[in-house]
Amino acid sequence: MAKQIEVAGLDAYYGAHKAIEGITMTIEPRAVTAFIGPSGCGKSTFLRTLNRMHEVIPGARVEGKVRLEDQDLYGPGVDPVSVRRTIGMVFQRPNPFPTMSIYDNVAAGLRLNGRFSKSELDGIVESSLKGANLWNEVKDRLQKPGSGLSGGQQQRLCIARAIAVRPEVLLMDEPCSALDPISTLAIEDLISSLKRDYTIVIVTHNMQQAARVSDKTAFFNLAGQGQPGKLIEMDETSRIFTNPGQKATEDYITGRFG
Amino acid sequence: MTTVQTGIQPISTSRRVKDRIVHVLVYLAFAIAVIPLVSVLWLVIKNGMHRFDLEFLTHSMRNIGARDAGGGAYHAIIGTLEQVSLASLIAVPIGLLTAVYLVEYGSGGRLARSISFFVDVMTGVPSVVSGLFVLAFWILALGMPFSGFAGAMALSILMMPVVVRSAEEMLRLVPNDLREASYALGVPKWRTIVKVVLPTAFTGIVTGVMLAVARVAGETAPLLLTVFFTDSINNDPFNGPQMGLPLYVFDQAGRPTDTAIDRAWTGALTLILIVMLLNLVARLIAWWRSPAKRGS
Repeated sequence: MAKQIEVAGLDAYYGAHKAIEGITMTIEPRAVTAFIGPSGCGKSTFLRTLNRMHEVIPGARVEGKVRLEDQDLYGPGVDPVSVRRTIGMVFQRPNPFPTMSIYDNVAAGLRLNGRFSKSELDGIVESSLKGANLWNEVKDRLQKPGSGLSGGQQQRLCIARAIAVRPEVLLMDEPCSALDPISTLAIEDLISSLKRDYTIVIVTHNMQQAARVSDKTAFFNLAGQGQPGKLIEMDETSRIFTNPGQKATEDYITGRFG
Repeated sequence: MTTVQTGIQPISTSRRVKDRIVHVLVYLAFAIAVIPLVSVLWLVIKNGMHRFDLEFLTHSMRNIGARDAGGGAYHAIIGTLEQVSLASLIAVPIGLLTAVYLVEYGSGGRLARSISFFVDVMTGVPSVVSGLFVLAFWILALGMPFSGFAGAMALSILMMPVVVRSAEEMLRLVPNDLREASYALGVPKWRTIVKVVLPTAFTGIVTGVMLAVARVAGETAPLLLTVFFTDSINNDPFNGPQMGLPLYVFDQAGRPTDTAIDRAWTGALTLILIVMLLNLVARLIAWWRSPAKRGS
């Protein structure tokens, strides 16, 4: 579990529009890497290229290399479905499947991919919900619909659903932006405990959050409207927030723009 | 300070009057729309109840003379049920798969746009034309007999565009978030459609199919040209003329005796009841499948 991701010279396009350009970075295993930067700078796009979710959008394509340890994710013959099974994702808005119960939501990734016995499923559902700090709140109503939970609980349900398929890497696209501070705290605690087992990448607009949860921080920016987003710098979180190498990073962090 | 009105003001008289007028207009429009519906229902029930008995539901018109009372619509009920089920069996899978293609795979391509266009054209096909088509193609050109199946084909042509349109609408309402959530779990696209998208849209699709069934169950013109007439029971929809409730009503209403007219009214009542019953069953299925049933 928990593998390193290496990205080299990555460009991503939406049709003819180049959204991000020339990104090269290494994402460490068993650590939290945060992406920060102004809106529209391509953080989310970049995150979605890491598990080949980018190409789900019609007309979207990627150039460059992404390696998970020694495997080229964009190599010929690589099945994007198996890439997504290996690299899980949590979205900005909680999106539990409305037709499924809490139990079925967590089991969805397993059930839709293969056969498991009832007892195996029970065990995985329980451990995933415990992993997402949700077990105690829902253990008495596993058969109730997932949409009946509060926003923060739904988001933790989505995290449980993502870790139930045992991914190597967990990508989180602004997982707390739709949540209240208490739910946010719960998710942040969860991220800190999950990093023992997973490689975690989180996109956030909240710089305090990046500072609190991440080990490394990458700052993205774009030169202007219509220009592709670029990686400005990436370093230890403590360095980025105290002594960044680039002027743009310092301006952004101190709130002078963005 | 005293003349310039700022802040919160009372509702002006003109707004109050306009509000009243629009209120009255809306209720009036509602009443005008409901009057024909209620009067049709009332007439059908009043005139139809007279012969709505066990004999009507269990007997055919075989050996019932022109002036005889009695007789029933059993043969027509069987015919309608078989024809409409066969039509649904043809039209619903094709229509549903077409809608899935349009929403999930076509994504505005040339093929999807032309399919969409022809579905629109099909929606506008008059029902008698679909009957004529089956008559010309299936019965005259291929030499097949008049049969319930020929009628079902004509009905399915009418059903298909309705099913496609309503299913397409419902599939588009499924949030993209859910598809992405499923992809992100490493679920292939076809399984995502089968296990996530279709169940989410299920209730709406059922409603759409029921509307299509209701529309088609009352069609007379295409049946006239394809299933022909009979006064006898014919349980085999693939062979020989059948009857249908709309045909039965049409036939009986054209006869000069009061007993026949009564049978026509009762036939109409039976048809309405069948459609209502099917609707009820579909709603029950939809309710039973919905997660809300389990309570939140």
